Amino acid sequence: MVAGRPEWSDEEIMTITAAKILKDKDTCFVGIGIPSTAAILAKAMHAPNLFLIYESGTVNTNPQKLPLSIGDGELANHALTVVGMPEIFNYWLQSGRIDVGFLGAAQIDRFANINTTFIGQSYDSPKVRLPGAGGATEIAASCKEVAIIIRQTTRTFVEHVDFITSMGFGSGPGSREKNRLRGGGPSRVITDLGILEPDPETLELTMTYLHPGVEVSQAIENTGWKLKVSPNLKTTKAPEQSELDKVRALVSTSDK
Amino acid sequence: MAEILSLADAVESHVRDGSTVAMEGFTHLIPHAAGHEIIRQGRRNLHVIRMTPDMIYDQMIGAGCVAKLTFSWGGNPGVGSLQRFRDAVENGWPHKIEIEEHSHAGMAARYVAGASGLPFGVLRGYAGTDLVEQSSSIKTINCPFTGEDLTAVPAINPDVTIIHAQQSDKLGNIMMWGITGVAKEAVFAAKKVIVTVEEIVDRFSPKFNSIIIPNTQINAIALEPKGAWPSYASGYYERDNSAYIAWDEIAKDRESFLKWLELKVMSIKNSDRNK
Repeated sequence: MVAGRPEWSDEEIMTITAAKILKDKDTCFVGIGIPSTAAILAKAMHAPNLFLIYESGTVNTNPQKLPLSIGDGELANHALTVVGMPEIFNYWLQSGRIDVGFLGAAQIDRFANINTTFIGQSYDSPKVRLPGAGGATEIAASCKEVAIIIRQTTRTFVEHVDFITSMGFGSGPGSREKNRLRGGGPSRVITDLGILEPDPETLELTMTYLHPGVEVSQAIENTGWKLKVSPNLKTTKAPEQSELDKVRALVSTSDK
Repeated sequence: MAEILSLADAVESHVRDGSTVAMEGFTHLIPHAAGHEIIRQGRRNLHVIRMTPDMIYDQMIGAGCVAKLTFSWGGNPGVGSLQRFRDAVENGWPHKIEIEEHSHAGMAARYVAGASGLPFGVLRGYAGTDLVEQSSSIKTINCPFTGEDLTAVPAINPDVTIIHAQQSDKLGNIMMWGITGVAKEAVFAAKKVIVTVEEIVDRFSPKFNSIIIPNTQINAIALEPKGAWPSYASGYYERDNSAYIAWDEIAKDRESFLKWLELKVMSIKNSDRNK
C-alpha cells in the first residue's frame, strides 16, 4: 500500500466510479444493488438534481438510506410521485424519456449482451436458475445509454453468454437497428478492475480505464475472450477519502 | 358486489384446484396472509401469475400448490435467490413446474390488455433476446399504420386476482396508496377478485397517490391486519427486511422449509401468523 493513500474495497471503487458517470439533471432508471447505491451516492456527491426512477413506480425519488428492495417504503416516501407500473414502462421508459439505465448482470459478452436468466447448457434444466429479466430487457433497449456494473472474472466475462436476457450490441454493428431498439445501448461497463467502452467502429468492449494499482495483465486474465485494450489506456482517479466516507456512510444505512 | 368474508371463506369460495391465480403487490402490499391460506387449504395445480414471485410464491411452490408459474423476475430482492423456486426449476422438487417467462414491461402490457378487454398487448420489447424463442407468448406484429414491427403479448385474465389494500369502507370499496404496481390492472383483468385489507373504515380520507377501486369490481373483502407482512403496508407498518434475509436461510434446504411450513402455516390459525 502507498503511504497516506486511502484503501478501498472492490465494491467501493465500482460504486464510486459508477456514481461519477452520472450527471446532474440526468434522468436515471435504477436497478437494485450497486447500481442503486451508485445512483444515490451520485446525488450525495455531485448530482443533487439527478432524477431517479425505480421500476416499482417511484419517480424522482430522493432516498435517505439504502433500500434493500426496489419497492421499499424509503423510495416511495421520498418520491415526487408514485405511479403504476404500466406508466413507468410505457410513458417513461418506452417513450425514450430515460437518459441512463443502470444495470447489473451475471454474465456479459464482448458486445455487452447480458444474461440474468440462467447458467448452464439448457434453459429447461439449468445449472443455476437466476431471477430473469425484470425491467432489464427494456431498460437495455430503450434508455439513451446504459451502464452495466459487474465484476470482471472469467465466469462473468464470457465468450458467449448462456442466454441473452437483455441486448447490448447483439453480434456487432447493425444488430440494434435490425432489432429496432431505439436506445443507444451500453456506453460503459464498470468493473472491479476498470472501465470498458464499446469501440466506436466495431462496438466491441474495449478496456479504456484501469483502476489504480490494477495491471493490464489482470484485466486480460479475467476476461473470457481475447480482450481489446485501448492504446490510450488511462487510470481512473483514485477515490478520495471524502468519497469513501460518503459511500461507507450510505452502505451503513442498509438493513443487510 | 363485494361481500365481507373471512379470508378462509373467501379462498374457499373463489380459489379452486387448477385455477389461474394472480397475486400482485410490488414489494409493497403483497398478500402474504392469502398465500398462507391457499397453502393451508391444500390447493393444487394452480397456475400462479405474478411479476415478482418473491417469498410468497416461493412458499406456495415449496408447499406443492403450483403447476405453472408465469413471471418476470424471480429473486429475493437485495438478498439473493428464491430457493424453493430454484429447487423446483433445477431439481423438480416437490415436483416439476412449468414456467412462462416475460419481462416486467411485457407483464405490465399483458395485464393492461387483460383489464382492457383486448386479446393482446403491444410493446417495444424483447427484440434481440433469447426470451422470444423460449416462449410461445411473445410474437412479432406489424403495425397497420406505420408498417413497423412491434411485439405482441397475450392478455392475462386470471380466474382470481388477490391483492392486499390498506382500507375498505363498509360497502367494500377499497383504497390503496404508495406503490401499487399492477394491482389495479390485475383487478380489472380478473374474473373474480379477493382483497385483504388492513382496516375497514367508515369513510376514506385522501392519501398521497391513493387509488380507489369500486366494490362492483370486487367479490370478497377479508379483514387481515398485517396481512401483507413481511411485505409492508404504507401507513401501517414497514417492510420487515430481516424476515426476507431470514427467509434465505429457512428456504435453503428442504427440511428446514418443511419444518417452517408445518410450524408457521399448517398448524396455526391465520390470525396467529405474525406472532
